[in-house]
This record gives sequence, C-alpha cells and structure tokens, in this order.
Amino acid sequence: MEHVFVYTRKRREFGRPCHFSDRPAELIVDILPDAGLRAEFVERNPLPAQVQCGPEWSEHEVNTERLESEARGMNHVEGGWPKDINPLDMEQTMRYRKKVEKDEHYRSAIVRLGSIMEHYIKQNNAVDIYQEYFTEGQEEDDEEEEQEQPVARTISVFRDPGAVKRWVTALSWSPAGGCKLAAAYSCLDFQRAPPNMSYDSYIWDLENHSRPEMSLKPASPLVCLEYNPKDSHILLGGGYNGQIAYWDTRKGSHPVETSPIEVSHREPVYKVIWLQSKTGTEAFSGSTDGQVLWWDIRKLSEPTEKLVLDLSRKGDLGHALGCLSLEFETTMPTKFMVGTKQGLVVSCNRKAKTPAEKIVCTYSGHNGSIYALQRNPFFPKYFLTVAGWTARIWSEDVKESSIMSTRVHLLDGCWSPVRPSVFFTVKMDGTLDVWDFLFNQKDPTLSLKVCDEALWSLRVQDNGHFLACGSQQGTTTLLEISSGLCTLQRNEKALASEMFERETKGAKILEEQQREIRLKERSRSEQSKEEERKESEKVERAKELLERAERHFFHMVEGGRMARPGCPLRTQLHLLPSLLPTRSPTLLEKLGEEGVLAF
Amino acid sequence: MSVEETIKRIQSQKGVQGIIIVNAEVLICNAGIPIKTTLDNSNTVHYAGLIHQLVMKARSTVREIDPQNDLTFLRVRSKKNEIMIAPDKDYFLIVIQNPSE
Repeated sequence: MEHVFVYTRKRREFGRPCHFSDRPAELIVDILPDAGLRAEFVERNPLPAQVQCGPEWSEHEVNTERLESEARGMNHVEGGWPKDINPLDMEQTMRYRKKVEKDEHYRSAIVRLGSIMEHYIKQNNAVDIYQEYFTEGQEEDDEEEEQEQPVARTISVFRDPGAVKRWVTALSWSPAGGCKLAAAYSCLDFQRAPPNMSYDSYIWDLENHSRPEMSLKPASPLVCLEYNPKDSHILLGGGYNGQIAYWDTRKGSHPVETSPIEVSHREPVYKVIWLQSKTGTEAFSGSTDGQVLWWDIRKLSEPTEKLVLDLSRKGDLGHALGCLSLEFETTMPTKFMVGTKQGLVVSCNRKAKTPAEKIVCTYSGHNGSIYALQRNPFFPKYFLTVAGWTARIWSEDVKESSIMSTRVHLLDGCWSPVRPSVFFTVKMDGTLDVWDFLFNQKDPTLSLKVCDEALWSLRVQDNGHFLACGSQQGTTTLLEISSGLCTLQRNEKALASEMFERETKGAKILEEQQREIRLKERSRSEQSKEEERKESEKVERAKELLERAERHFFHMVEGGRMARPGCPLRTQLHLLPSLLPTRSPTLLEKLGEEGVLAF
Repeated sequence: MSVEETIKRIQSQKGVQGIIIVNAEVLICNAGIPIKTTLDNSNTVHYAGLIHQLVMKARSTVREIDPQNDLTFLRVRSKKNEIMIAPDKDYFLIVIQNPSE
C-alpha cells in the first residue's frame, strides 16, 4: 500500500512570504515511567567500555624519483696568496715564505703547537683506540644471529638505457672478485623484436647504476654472454642469429672476431661456456638447432669440433634435440651435460672416439624444456635442473628419476657457491626463491618478489653474497643475501652429502622395483597374449583388467614415492616390497584363472 | 727551541708521514697558504685548501655552541691514516700519521 500525501496550494498563493506567529508551548505527549517494565531488564555491572589511548597511526609509502648521479672531480689550485704576489712565480712565493718564517709570532706559535702535537702523536703510538678486544665473543654472536629469518634485500637496479625494453637473457659476473656484471639483452619472442631495438649488450660497474660502464655492439642481439674465468677482459657471446663473437674490453665495443654465418649455429645460441684448457681460449656453445660446437677463439672461422644431439646416434640433424643449456664442470673436463628443449638431460663424453659414443646416457623425467642445468659445486655427482614446472635434483647414477623435486613454474636457477644445500630459482611472476633443502624440501626458505615482470636469468657472485637477476623489461636487480644464507654452517657438508646419498638410495631401490615389476608384467602379458589368441572377447576383458591392475600398481608406487620426502625412508621401503610382489601377481593369477575358467 | 728542531722531532716519531704548516689568512679567500711542508707540492696544496675549510667550520661550530669555548685540536681518523690538526690564531700545524698498526 502506498502512502501518498497530496499537498495542494492555490496558484495565487505561490511565492508569498511566510507569516510566522508565536504559539504557547503545548504538551503533546507525557510518558510516565512504568515501574513494571523494570522487571524485564537486568542490571549489568561491570560494563566493559573501550578507550583508545594510543596515538593514531597511518601508514604511507614513499618512493623517491630515480636520481641520476655523476661523479665529478675538482682540482685545487693554490690560492690565498696576497694580491701582490703571483702564486706561479717561484721567487716571489719563496720570498714571502721566508718573510713569514722570520716572524717572531710564527716561531712561538709553531713551537707551542709542536709540543701539543707531539703529545698526541705519542698517544697514538702508545694505544690503538680501535682495537678489538673480544673477537671470540663476536663469533658467538654470529652464531646466535643465524637463528634469525634469512633475508635478501635489493641493493641497486640497473635499467636498460635503450628506449625499447629488451629481456635480460644472460648475466655473467667478472671473475676474481666480480665487481663488474655483464648482461646480454635480446628479445627471445620469435620474430616479435621491434624494429628499432638496439643490439647492444652492456657491462655494468656495480658502483655506478645510472650508466653502463661499457657497451658491446654485436651484429645481432646476444642471447648469452660469459666472462673468461681466466682473463677478466675477454668475453664470449652467442647471438640470436647463431653467430659466436668475442670481445676484448681493452680493444673497444666491437667484437674482435665473429664466427662466419655458414659454420655457426642455425638458431639462437642459448649457452656458451668456457672450457678449462692450457691456453684459456677454448669454449663450446649449444643451440636449439641440435648442435654443440667447440671453438677456439683464436680462430673463429670454423668450429674445432661438432656434435649433433641425436639420440639415435646417427648424426641426423632432423631428429636432433634442441639444446637450451649446457653444463661443464672444471673438475671433470671430459664430461659435459646438455639440457634440451624436449626435457631430456643428455650426458656426453667429449673424448669418445666415435661421434656415436659421445652421447653416454640420458636422464628423463622433466615435462618442459630445461632452462638451467648446474652441478652442485661441492658434490659434483649431483646436479640441479630447472625446467618448466619443477626444479629437480638428480644423481648421476640414477637415470630415470630425480631424487628431489619442487613444484613451481621456474625459469632459471643456480646453486650457491658457498653452501652445498642452498640453491636459487626465479619464476615467471618475478619472484626469487631461495631453497635450503636441509631446512625444508617442499617450500622455499625465502621467497622475495623482485619485480612485476618475469625474471629470465639469475647469477650468483662467486662469494655467494650478491646475486643479480635480469627481468623481461631489461632491468637487472642486484640483491644482497643475509649472511645466514651464505656462510657455511658447521655440519653442512656432511649433512648435505648424507641427504643426497639417502635420496639416491631410495631412488635406486624404486627403480629396481619398477624394473622387476615391468619384467613380471611382460612375462604375464606374454602369457595372457597366448590366451588372447584363443578367444577374443574374453581376452579383451582380461586385458582391461590387466591394464587396470597396472595402473593401480603404478599409482601405488607414485603414492609411495611422493610421500617419501619427509617420511622416514625405512618404513616406506619396508612397506613397498610387501605391497608389490605379493599383491599384484596374485591378482593377475586370479585374472588368468578367471579367464580360463570362464570358458 | 727553534722551528726546525720542532719539526725534526715530530718527523722522527713513529708513523708520521708528513707535516704541513699553513698560514691562515682569514681576510682573503678560503684557501690557506702552505708555509712549510715535507710532502710534495700537489698533495700539500690539496691538504692545505681542504683542511683550512674544515678547521674554520669546526672552530665556528665550537664557538657557536659556547662562545667562551675554542677549538684546541682536531683529529680526523680514517681507514688508512690519521690527520691531526693543531690550530692557532694565524697558523695551523698539520701532521699525517699512520696509526701504530
């Protein structure tokens, strides 16, 4: 029901002034207190009341504008001479000086000052006021500090000076101390590089973040860049068009030599690594065209050696695997590893006699292309691979599965050079994760959001203290890691090696079990195949059941494997053998019997 | 005791790297004129100019806090050495010393 009030007024009364008049006060309602209502209420005593006594705070964030700074110097010129004396004229100045020295006031002043000065000099020689008295106490403090949360903070950001932003695809610290960082810029999106993109790559000095120290001008944008570990002036870069070029920073920005296009790679060179050799001039490169080429930089006109990554060992480029990352450890100079686009890690031997024997073995288990591959600097038998959705740690002996794995979308990763159990990974959403697997295997110990765009490359400096990561918008961020994450702890090496061995043993045992089961499956399936030849319908049913049983079994194995990290190994292993041989063969036997009996 | 003897004695102390005597002409511009020095010319000029300004600033600071007070000695300790400055009304004596370690 609508409540409507109609207000009418005559038109001639519009706009007339209002006449107000006084009226005596009028009592409209008088409500007396009703004592009976009181019974419905209960007195509440005490009554809680809230009082705010603290000051009110509000939080604001401020980010200053980027300050471009430049270092300038000033040269002091001698001044303060009286007007009539020319400071450049030796004679006049000498004369003036001699005049001052004869002044009586001068003599007394200097003698007095001299005695004061002597007092302080002797004091300095007697006692060192900055001496550290309790260094042992300080060390203990450090140990307590390690209980704190690990942190990493950004020290400085180097931005791509060009107008068009390119991806930072590779980073390399200069050897022996590393105060310079070389960054390779290119656009890895296929054919989407904007036309006026500059081809330069830069060397940054850590002190100066507004301008790069030097720029390198290749013929095509560089996808990877490496300092020579023996000579800090020489850099080797692999370009987007497949060429290799090397620079000498003393000789300028243009490459000293570039390999000719006919003998270079046919696709972008994704990784270049220097080899350990007497001359210090050998390197090898890998690219997605399936080749791994060895070069001597003194003669870049053709590669010294070539290897085609064909698993069938026929040297067929058509079937070759694209190589995305290479790994070479100086302690094992004849072996190297290749991480491919197809998700396989291929381990190769350089000194094999025939090309067919060069490929030694493969490690499978990754779903995506392998972006990074690195051996643990303390335990070279174990290596880290970073691929599309996981980072895995492998042991050389176990070829079919990794011994540990994580679950995030990653783009690059590397070990910490000072701690055997710490490694870093970067993700597509711009976060940097620090993993310490002695502490926690499933989650990163520290996760830090570096920037909003994807981070494509990551490098740790040799002392383990600083790390640089490069993003899709061309910014390189330099981070400092807290000391807890970069100082070797007391039992760490022993603990890490224990953990590695434990995981390897577990993986090996699982592998053996799997092999046994597969063997049994094969023999069973051969049996069931004979029965199949007899009757088709019954055979299909048996096959279905067989497959179902297989699936069920593998599911149990996977469940056992995934639950493994964190659970004491012994109980799991104890369960598995009892599960496998006793359950499934009986199931299969039953099926076989059923199949026979049904007809 | 003459000026020469004083300087020689200071020079013979352990760790002393150099001595400069600067004339502090307040009337003219901010640089001081080195009267006597045991260092080379360019370094001397550098020290004289910079330290003159520093001493003026330190002295005015002390004076402003308490007008009855005055600067008697100034030590600038750095990682590599220590610069000790003894100011007077018209002259400064600057000694650069490498501390005992």
